[in-house]
Amino acid sequence: MAYSQGFTPHPKISYASAAPTGVASEAEYLEIGLRESVDPAALRAALDAALSPGLDVLDAVVATGGSLVDRIEAAHWRIELPGVGPEVLRAAVAAFTAADEVFVERMTKQGRRTFDARAAVIDVNMIMSDEAPSEAVAVPCAILELVVRQVTPAVRPDDVLSGLRVVADLEPPVSPRVTRLAQGTLTAQGAIADPLDTGRDGAVIGGR
Amino acid sequence: MSALSTTPRSAVANSVWPRLEPLLPQIAKPIQYVGGELGAVVKDWDTAAVRWALMYPDAYEVGLPNQGVQILYEVLNEQPDVLAERTYAVWPDLERLMRAHQVPQFTIDAHRPVRDFDVFGVSFATELGYTNLLTAIDLAGIPLLAADRGDADPVVVAGGHAAFNPEPIAAFVDAAVLGDGEEAVLEITTIVREWKAEGSPGGRDELLLRLARTESVYVPRFYDVDYLPDGRIQRVVPNRPDVPFRVHKRTTMDLDAWPYPKKPLVPLAETVHERYAVEIFRGCTRGCRFCQAGMITRPVRERSITTVGQMVREGLEFSGFHEVGLLSLSSADHSEIGDMCSGLAQQYEGTNVSLSLPSTRVDAFNIDLAQELARNGRRTGLTFAPEGGSERIRKVINKMVSKDDLIRTVVTAYTNGWRQVKLYFMCGLPTETDEDVLEIAEMAHEVIRAGRAATGSRDIRCTVSIGGFVPKPHTPFQWAGMARPEVIDNRLRLLKQAVNADRSLGRAIGFRYHDGEPSLIEGLLSRGDRRVSAVIRRVWENGGRFDGWSEHFSYQRWVEAAAEVLPDFGVDLDWYTTRERDELEVLPWDHLDSGLDKDWLWQDWQDALGEYEQDDCRWTPCFDCGVCPAMDTEIQIGPTGRKLLPLTPVNGLRVPSNAQQ
Repeated sequence: MAYSQGFTPHPKISYASAAPTGVASEAEYLEIGLRESVDPAALRAALDAALSPGLDVLDAVVATGGSLVDRIEAAHWRIELPGVGPEVLRAAVAAFTAADEVFVERMTKQGRRTFDARAAVIDVNMIMSDEAPSEAVAVPCAILELVVRQVTPAVRPDDVLSGLRVVADLEPPVSPRVTRLAQGTLTAQGAIADPLDTGRDGAVIGGR
Repeated sequence: MSALSTTPRSAVANSVWPRLEPLLPQIAKPIQYVGGELGAVVKDWDTAAVRWALMYPDAYEVGLPNQGVQILYEVLNEQPDVLAERTYAVWPDLERLMRAHQVPQFTIDAHRPVRDFDVFGVSFATELGYTNLLTAIDLAGIPLLAADRGDADPVVVAGGHAAFNPEPIAAFVDAAVLGDGEEAVLEITTIVREWKAEGSPGGRDELLLRLARTESVYVPRFYDVDYLPDGRIQRVVPNRPDVPFRVHKRTTMDLDAWPYPKKPLVPLAETVHERYAVEIFRGCTRGCRFCQAGMITRPVRERSITTVGQMVREGLEFSGFHEVGLLSLSSADHSEIGDMCSGLAQQYEGTNVSLSLPSTRVDAFNIDLAQELARNGRRTGLTFAPEGGSERIRKVINKMVSKDDLIRTVVTAYTNGWRQVKLYFMCGLPTETDEDVLEIAEMAHEVIRAGRAATGSRDIRCTVSIGGFVPKPHTPFQWAGMARPEVIDNRLRLLKQAVNADRSLGRAIGFRYHDGEPSLIEGLLSRGDRRVSAVIRRVWENGGRFDGWSEHFSYQRWVEAAAEVLPDFGVDLDWYTTRERDELEVLPWDHLDSGLDKDWLWQDWQDALGEYEQDDCRWTPCFDCGVCPAMDTEIQIGPTGRKLLPLTPVNGLRVPSNAQQ
């Protein structure tokens, strides 16, 4: 692990668009500065062993120049809304998609901010399920899948939910469960590509 | 595209996690309830013969770094057929939700209900955790009163320094263990294991009886307390023939044989200490008369320089911590502290590791040590604790530091580059007058004046930090009357005025203190008897939680509860706190044996009143405090003559071994 210079050195770690608190994720990315070259597979295993169960390090590649942040263009989210009926959600999504702009408010470190939650949303899909996928309660559960472009200020799943409240008064009866499924570069077809792919192709692995 | 998680949270049969998880987004700092830290252990429930839930009765941020709980957690989990998990006090926001959604008190390791365990061990460093004990027991679904519990309930065991007088919580705990826990928990485990293997004969009563027969586990229900008409205790006697009259403390000898923690817990949420702490010795015979820790942990037992070196190396390797704390009651007193500090400083020179030594001894040697430890460029703070403001009061408390020593030492610190030192004092000591406390201001002024003269700089500061004195059981001050909060607060006000009387000097002096009120309640709880449990219960029922936190503590609530409950017994809050006891009074903890001879303690109390000092038995002949012969122990100190060797730098990746089971 490499450290910054100075009186109180900090480890060199930077997170690219970390998921908000209270949100599950299957796809987080971070960059770590190291003092020496190591085998990425061994690094993955070492990090994974030191982290809590459920925090799994799936892959590591050698950075090939260019910032990781530049490769995170969009994120794919799943929002489970237990107890929300299909008609209500369908209408809310339709109203949201039909709008050009949907302004929402959120408290940020800089104070209360108002911004558009609509433009960054590339895709919204609705899935109906009889059972909640997280097997918590056996009530009907509407599921939203979102692809959201990485913008500033970030548009988060709770901002989109705020947007649904603004356009259609949608109030989920219990806390929604949100999972980030993927993030990465946006292809021409609107799909999300693994941001580590560039590191895998032809990169010098582990300094060998 | 990434694959799905490879190691989802393992499915635990009796886990409350599915019910807890939906509550977490609604509360502050949910990460503290999640568990899964490096060093945490989750074992199979069904194959464990004995299951312990261990609690530090404060929030995660305070409880996780607790050394005692970490040691016992590791000692127990090293046993193949034993399982130990941790639980901490939940904040009121989660408590409210847990009650609304019927989620019981849970362990953070596998989120199992505390009531499912065989033993529920709670470590009390301070009496102010008592209301949190009640919250945990109640949330767990365990009857609040030990007398109402059945065979399905765990045995609630109290430990830690406050357990040397568990009488105020005697109604709520099934047992208490005095002294070092390493061997005690194993002995209790053995008894529980055998009793269960035999098919739990005789139920809960038989198990408690077997524990009591060890003579080192106190089971309050087997003892009756009789009172005199004036409210004092007449006697405390066993109410059945086969339990001992006195219960003795445990002493772990040879600390080299118990090098714990080996796998320190690395917290996920922010905590009060984020470091690898190594006890370099236990016990202290400096003989400061206010210090319960020094009295009840005798004799001094050093850990050898080489074991400390090995623990630091392995503990850092396992945890990745960057800070090492060399802990003890007076760390500079280790017989090889010089070699230890220079050896460790050399080993970690040029790395990110910083070393700290809680420094309380007032002499130049301490600064040499601090200089060694600051080799990496980071200076840790220097704290000196003269404890008393005047020469006279320092004789009363047996803190043998002269004013000249103190000033010389602090000036040495300034000339060696420290810009700031902290001076620690107490207020409310026995025989204390306003003048004793006002001398603190003079001392602080002189420190700044001499510091400015020696360094030629005005850029030096000192912080005067004042704690309230609380008389504790098993100390020479156990008989002393406390000063009233108004008296303390007035003295602190006068002191503040005196510090600021000289504006130039006053500007360089920081002043920190606590009000007298919390100390009075701590005094009630530390020297209370079984009747005080009714006060604790009333306070808890009226919403008392987290009494160690000024924002949660309510003096009014305690005063009101005491006024409601105690008159039925013919006593009151003052009776427990400001009243001085006489020689022949039966104290609530007299049947609990810390090894200290009560006659010696009384003599030391008389010596205090006569302003007569007592030397340290490590360097002068034995003064017969009674501990070594009573406990069949002896002083274990070096020097060993061994040195720490330079480390071979480790390159490449380190994979924590056995991080999660």
